[in-house]
Amino acid sequence: MSLGQRVSNDHQLARLLQIGVVLEEVVESRAAHHIESLPDEERAAVDDDVQELLAEATEESAEHRRRLEALIDELDAETVSYEDINALVDARYGPPEDTDGVLYDQLCNEETAYKFYDDLIEAVEASDAEFALDRDRLLETLESIREEEKAGVQDVTELMERRA
Amino acid sequence: MNTADQYLKAVYLAQRIEDGPASTGTLAEMLEVSPASVNEMIGKLESRGLLEHEKYKGARLTDEGLERAHDALQTYCIIERFLANVLEVEEFREEARALESVIDDTVAERLDTIIDRRGECPDCFDPETDCCAYLEPEAGGAG
Repeated sequence: MSLGQRVSNDHQLARLLQIGVVLEEVVESRAAHHIESLPDEERAAVDDDVQELLAEATEESAEHRRRLEALIDELDAETVSYEDINALVDARYGPPEDTDGVLYDQLCNEETAYKFYDDLIEAVEASDAEFALDRDRLLETLESIREEEKAGVQDVTELMERRA
Repeated sequence: MNTADQYLKAVYLAQRIEDGPASTGTLAEMLEVSPASVNEMIGKLESRGLLEHEKYKGARLTDEGLERAHDALQTYCIIERFLANVLEVEEFREEARALESVIDDTVAERLDTIIDRRGECPDCFDPETDCCAYLEPEAGGAG
């Protein structure tokens, strides 16, 4: 059992980036499921802001996934396809009851992704391992994605406050 | 998962294996650290009311410590299941041990939305095999 919070080799880094991809796929899939899952009367009542936010979240996650996949390619590892993760989300999706539930779930998604990248950056910085990919580019990519997740958390929070 | 939670999980599993208090030696072996490190952490956890330590016998979790250990073991089970069933990793035990310190509880909760886990988790975790008794690894994992 490793007690040090650091990434010690390419294999471990690839595994963590794979987890990042899956988290993005979960965000993407759940955001897509949310609107479809609402009861008709709720769906009609969902305003444009919420629709736009979910659409943007889906698009942003797909973009993050592509950037992570480009890093994973350099480590000679594979990722789980979006279709596979979407099928798992499908199988276990417990739809939120209403629009507030949708937004709350979206907030959890964004916060979790932020926390994941924050921990990963810390673990990479704590390591003196040499990776098969450029460390600066790795950190720049992760930091840029982390900032976008942070902005995502703010967007959902502001929308929730406006609706309150 | 932070270091304290990793220790609490180890104490919980050692108590189950030994059917009594968790000895320093067993914990040192499970955590791959020195007995001195174990004793130091045991002292800290005792001062936080998470376990009780009796000299020459070992450590026993308090109710609060047991609750934290349960949560930590659930998180660990989620990581193992995710590795075994979603990423199809054959060496999922070894990799879970290497990754648990980097995976936060909130991240594990999200991963939990796509894995299949029993309601009685973590009671079904088998300390001898170091994984859930019901976990069925994917055949021919990609690794």
